[in-house]
Amino acid sequence: MKKGNEYRFVSSGEAPTTVEAPFEDVTRGVRNAVREVEELTGLNLLEERGIIWPRRAGKEGVDIYATTSSAGGGLQMMVAGVVKTMTAESAERAALGAGAIVMDAIAVDDGRMPHQKIQRIRTLRPDMILVAGGTDGGTITHVTEMAELISAAEPKARLGIGYELPIVYSGNKDARPAIQNTLGKFALKIVDNIRPVLELENPEPARDAIHELFMEHVMSHAPGYDRLMKWTEVPIMPTPAGEGRMFRTLAELRKVNVIGVGLGGATTNVYSVYDGKFVRTVSANLGMSYSICNVLKEAGIQNIMRWIPFDVEAALVRNRLRNKMIRPTTIPQTLEELMVEHAVAREALRLGFHHHKQLARGLMGVQRVKTMGEIFDQKAEVETYIDMMHVDSLAGTGGLLSHAPRRAQSALLLIDGFQPEGMTKLAQDSVFMMPHLGVLSTVYPKPSLEVFEKDCLVRLGTCIAPRGVLAKGGNALSFKVEDEARVVEDNVEFGSMKVVPLEQGKTAKLILSPAKDLDVGRGPGHGLETSVEGGVVGLIFDCRGRPIQLPDDQTARRQKLLEWFKALDAYPESIYERIEQVEGKGGN
Amino acid sequence: MAHAYTPGLKVKRFAIVSKTRRLPIHGEVLVKEGDLVKHDQVVAKTQVPGEVHLINVANALGVDPEETSQYMLKKLKEPVAKDEVFAKRSSFFGLFKSFVKSPVDGTIELVSDVTGQVALREAYVPVEITAYIPGKIVQVLPREGVMIRTPAALVQGIFGVGGEAHAELKMAAKTPDDILTAEAIESSHAGKVLVGGSLVTGDALAKAVKTGVKGIVVGGVEDEDLIKFLGYEIGVAITGQEEIGTTLIITEGFGKMKMPERTFDLLKSFDGREASINGATQIRAGVIRPEIVIALTENEAKGMMEDEKEASAGMTPGTPVRIIRDPYFGAIGQVVSLPVELQKAESESEVRVVQVALEDGRKVIVPRANVEIIEE
Repeated sequence: MKKGNEYRFVSSGEAPTTVEAPFEDVTRGVRNAVREVEELTGLNLLEERGIIWPRRAGKEGVDIYATTSSAGGGLQMMVAGVVKTMTAESAERAALGAGAIVMDAIAVDDGRMPHQKIQRIRTLRPDMILVAGGTDGGTITHVTEMAELISAAEPKARLGIGYELPIVYSGNKDARPAIQNTLGKFALKIVDNIRPVLELENPEPARDAIHELFMEHVMSHAPGYDRLMKWTEVPIMPTPAGEGRMFRTLAELRKVNVIGVGLGGATTNVYSVYDGKFVRTVSANLGMSYSICNVLKEAGIQNIMRWIPFDVEAALVRNRLRNKMIRPTTIPQTLEELMVEHAVAREALRLGFHHHKQLARGLMGVQRVKTMGEIFDQKAEVETYIDMMHVDSLAGTGGLLSHAPRRAQSALLLIDGFQPEGMTKLAQDSVFMMPHLGVLSTVYPKPSLEVFEKDCLVRLGTCIAPRGVLAKGGNALSFKVEDEARVVEDNVEFGSMKVVPLEQGKTAKLILSPAKDLDVGRGPGHGLETSVEGGVVGLIFDCRGRPIQLPDDQTARRQKLLEWFKALDAYPESIYERIEQVEGKGGN
Repeated sequence: MAHAYTPGLKVKRFAIVSKTRRLPIHGEVLVKEGDLVKHDQVVAKTQVPGEVHLINVANALGVDPEETSQYMLKKLKEPVAKDEVFAKRSSFFGLFKSFVKSPVDGTIELVSDVTGQVALREAYVPVEITAYIPGKIVQVLPREGVMIRTPAALVQGIFGVGGEAHAELKMAAKTPDDILTAEAIESSHAGKVLVGGSLVTGDALAKAVKTGVKGIVVGGVEDEDLIKFLGYEIGVAITGQEEIGTTLIITEGFGKMKMPERTFDLLKSFDGREASINGATQIRAGVIRPEIVIALTENEAKGMMEDEKEASAGMTPGTPVRIIRDPYFGAIGQVVSLPVELQKAESESEVRVVQVALEDGRKVIVPRANVEIIEE
């Protein structure tokens, strides 16, 4: 809403989805949520046919209604390419960038026999398929071979019996007649090649086609969407696409590298905008409620236990997480339960980012000059281009992060999950607003950006974390923080954390002097003088090493965790006393 | 949010249970509206297209892909037998021959002059759908399936593994606190659905499979025992496809959890009766919970009325509820009040709460999200 000369966020309403039986009409849930906004603002926004639009005189109606959708588990896609690490990977990046969950990526060289691929395609029931393969003027045979596999499998769409499955073809342009011939029985859309030449990835035409077909085919088959689509002139966007758009905006506005994460109940979305390249990945089965036990399964119980600061049996933690899985809407009432969920969140973030880095890498198959080091190190070519030292901002969204009782908790979760290096600004979504601002920005960029900067982003502060490890401990970092009100000078021991408060919106001068083997951005042992931004938590000096060093001894590990939590004032005092009392009675 | 509570699991002595039995693809419905069907009666059948085998004939014959059709001995849609030669090339006046044999019985579905591939499709595979519950056909979905309805006692579990089964219900516990151990499982339990108390042990699960027990209904199971039982760890709660021989339904959760008296007593009153059970669980949008359905006779159903008001009315003072998260996990009580204002939980989360009077007389405040309504 416009307040004076600026656009500001006014109110939000929430309601459970009504896409499922017994309602099977998504607009009822939308009405319930809008009704809450009506009650809170005194505006009249609804009438019989839907949201009142355009705005009428007085307090009736809205200028625009924009919406995203993740109904029915979001857009579920399968992708196909010729070479697994080349066109299939480009197709996967394009589908993910469009906001889809990629159920599988098939390729000529993916190690499966043709009948296994056919079996897989038949059982998946995707919403849509993206087929890529071959550079323009390159192979026709192989990409047609993939199309023949798909044709033979006759995949059925997930929603709506008897509707044609949408397929996007963005491969070698010379193969188009053969593809038309093979896949013509589906709702086929042909667009420009995703890899016209090996050196270039061109995901936009495929992404646009996915969004178009998502509206035309997928959304129109979900219950009530035909009606919802008449309520708005702005195309409905898959929720992660909206979220990704805002992370891109943040990077573009500040001209910096940004990593963003949406930690949800079922999935974890990681976004990176690094040196201008935008990559989104979704870990479809890493989440904090529905998928909490998949985090347990993938991370292993020991990796979750290492973040729990009190003595508890692994079997008990396992049962607790299982009980959250089967009753996913429950919330932690006690601090111990909250700490266990936070332990899982750290691992979900770590695994999600690990997955992300596997796709955020240079184009494979491109000839380039290798350094001697790379020639000897075979892995170099497949490693991510993301260097945490050059990430300027790390931002999080999603229920657990947005609803964390203390902002210091979300700051610590982001730090522990991503392990930023050097100086990194931390931010989070105040309420779950980023996807909506993303879709709004497609039509009204200015109001969207104003609300994003002023009401959506909460600046948590800046994390200052030297890269490296001091095997023998000792002083890791000396710092001096200077602003108009004060000068703070202090040292941080290796293995410790310290916080210096600096309000949101304020900046200060910072002088850093790391130990000989530690690097804050200018090389090991080199100092740094710079300006630093504050936030609701402040300046977080994290000298726990990169990677973070946790003691092997269990008692020492738990004490270290408590020490770090206390340094950030992350949890109430009462829990530390409770834990220390129990430990004193013979915890091990 | 107006409805921030978990709708409870159904534990009903009387309910009208309807099941839609649908084929995966169009087929033939074998019953008509009004027919009475039994558990294992086939109500619809179809044929699913068989497996496809792709063979690169051009490569095998050493010819260019665009020449593939020329060397085919069989035309499109023509049947071909296992080991039958369906493509052949002779060179040097018949001196050298190369040929391709079919690996399966099937039909020629594709001959590609772009890739040189030939697709062979195996014969159709028959698929049948049984009634699963006994009852009356109330609707025929042409070419797709039927809807069956019966008056029944219905108990929903919280989580299960293993698919549909039907068998006699047999009590294997004296009280809802009892632990179902391997020793308690006898050879006479083969082909039955056993009802336990608060926990089934890992050894008991193994013995149940060995003995041929069709199903186990129990309050809880240790996660580590479930992993051993399945042979793998479940990541996401989407189950029902496991082929383990014994369907397991837990009514409360993971760990030792006393089965509520009401559930236990209801199942006990049907000791010796035929039950349909399904462990299939889906905890995602479109939630599916495991179930035990005991069809009632006309006489038993006479005069009984289904009470559906709880599901729609939500919580009000006096509503019976169960707490489903620590620190009061499993406690049963009644709603005392529903404060409108958000309150701070110990975890410092600001949440909508409910005050509950527990059975032991204590009054406790818990987040509304952490209780479920007991549907009677």
